[in-house]
Formats: sequence, C-alpha cells, structure tokens
Amino acid sequence: MDNQMEIKFLSKSENESFARIVACAFVSQLDPTTEEMADIKTAVSEAVTNAIIHGYEGRPDCMVTMRAEMEGDYVSFLIHDSGKGIENIERAMEPLFTTCAEEERSGMGFTVMESFMDDLEVESTLGAGTTVKMGKRILHTKR
Amino acid sequence: MQIEYNHQKKCLIVTIEGELDHHTAAAVRETIDKELFSGPAKNLIFDFGHLTFMDSSGIGVIIGRYKTVSAQGGKVVIACANQSVERILHLSGILKLTKVARTRGLALEMI
Ligand SMILES: Nc1ncnc2c1ncn2[C@@H]1O[C@H](COP(=O)(O)OP(=O)(O)OP(=O)(O)O)[C@@H](O)[C@H]1O
Ligand SMILES: [Mg+2]
Repeated sequence: MDNQMEIKFLSKSENESFARIVACAFVSQLDPTTEEMADIKTAVSEAVTNAIIHGYEGRPDCMVTMRAEMEGDYVSFLIHDSGKGIENIERAMEPLFTTCAEEERSGMGFTVMESFMDDLEVESTLGAGTTVKMGKRILHTKR
Repeated sequence: MQIEYNHQKKCLIVTIEGELDHHTAAAVRETIDKELFSGPAKNLIFDFGHLTFMDSSGIGVIIGRYKTVSAQGGKVVIACANQSVERILHLSGILKLTKVARTRGLALEMI
C-alpha cells in the first residue's frame, strides 16, 4: 500500500462537505482529472450522507469513519457507521429504492456510487452498522 | 451556499451558488417553496451557473419542486449546469421531467 489515512467525525450534516474535501485532498496526490475528482467527491458524499441520515437517522452525536487507501493508481474509500444497518442490501442498492420518500430522497445514492466508481461493496448488519467500500482507478496519473 | 432569486415573466429564477448537498438542501427547499406559494410565479428556473457541487440530495430537491410546479401547470428548466452537475442530472433520469438550457435567456424562452 502506498498511502493510507483515516478520519472519524461526528454525524453532523456540516461534516458532509468536510469529508468531501478530505477525500479530494487525499486523491489529489494521484493528479486526477477534474472529472475523476468530481466522481470521487460525489460518491463519498453519497456514502457519508447515507451514514448520517439513514445509519444514524439524523442523530448528530455519533461517529462516522472514513478510511482511504492508495495502491498504485487505485484509490479506495471505506465509509463506516455503527448505526441501524440495512435490512436488504440488494434491494437498497436498486435505483430509485428509498425508505425516505417523504423526505424527498430520490433513492439514487447507491446508483451514483456505482456509476461514478469502478468498484462498490456494501456490508451491513442490522442493529450494528454499515460499511461501504468503493474504489476507482485514476487513469490520469503522473506516476 | 448562497441562494438568490428574482421573478420574471411569471417565472421564479433561483440562483444557487456553492454546494447543494443534504446539509444545504433544507434552506434551498424552504426559500423556493416560500416564493412559489406566496409569489406570482407558475414556472421555475434553476440557474446552476455558480453551482460547484451537487449530489442526490439536489436531485431530491429538484424532483420535489417539479411536483409542486407541474401540479399547477408550470414548467421547470435547469440552466447553466456545469459538466459534473449535468452528469448527475442525466444519471438521475430527471431530464425526462425538466428541460436544460445553456443560458438563462434560453431557459426563459423554453417556458
Ligand atoms: N448507512 C446506511 N444505514 C442504513 N440504511 C442505509 C444506509 N445507506 C443506505 N441505506 C438504505 O438504503 C436506501 C437506499 O440508499 P440510497 O442512497 O440509494 O437512496 P436514498 O439515500 O434513500 O436517497 P438519495 O441518496 O437519492 O437521497 C436508503 O433509503 C436506506 O433505507
Ligand atoms: Mg442516499
């Protein structure tokens, strides 16, 4: 592994942009294109937002973990919450599926992560939490 | 995030500057709904010329406003979105409901 970092932050919505900025700063070492950077920023935002609004159901006093790793031109992110967990992961990942339609959620978060990253893996245990792992090859790399 | 709006030809034009995510969505929603319910506007233009970031929370905001506006027979147009915002608009399927315009002037012509 070439590089690694991990941060933990409170499940406050202010920290969604904080997590995006950290992710961008980390991946900037690989000299990504503007488009690759935007993809990662958006995917990380989806996972962190899900941890806050679904995992912790809006409680602002829980911890979200974000870990990032770099191996050659491949960067991966792990976003973890110790929240309520997902009952049916397969169904949750279907486009337009949401358990929060009345809160104007569109059910597109996982679809965005899947389309903007190369790999996506979701692990979840009811009552224990959710971990989202996603990775992307940065093609416009200096190295 | 900064939000500005003005009325033109029965149309509410909303300019969102900065980032539209879950954190900023509530304020955007509130401002637009207040204007839509109290003002004369029937149509809605989102001017995204200064929008630097949007995720699926923004999609939710747009779809929500689309429902209100189309229920009263109005149209929604999204103007001046940058490339990354446009990609998420495409992915979400929202462009089947709303139109996009390259400039604010073209957006007004579509209303
Ligand atoms: N970290 C999580 N903990 C618990 N449930 C989750 C988590 N992430 C996602 N889910 C569940 O999976 C569903 C789908 O998530 P997805 O991000 O695709 O859509 P959404 O968050 O509902 O809407 P959008 O992301 O478009 O605003 C959610 O409605 C929620 O029920
Ligand atoms: Mg989501």
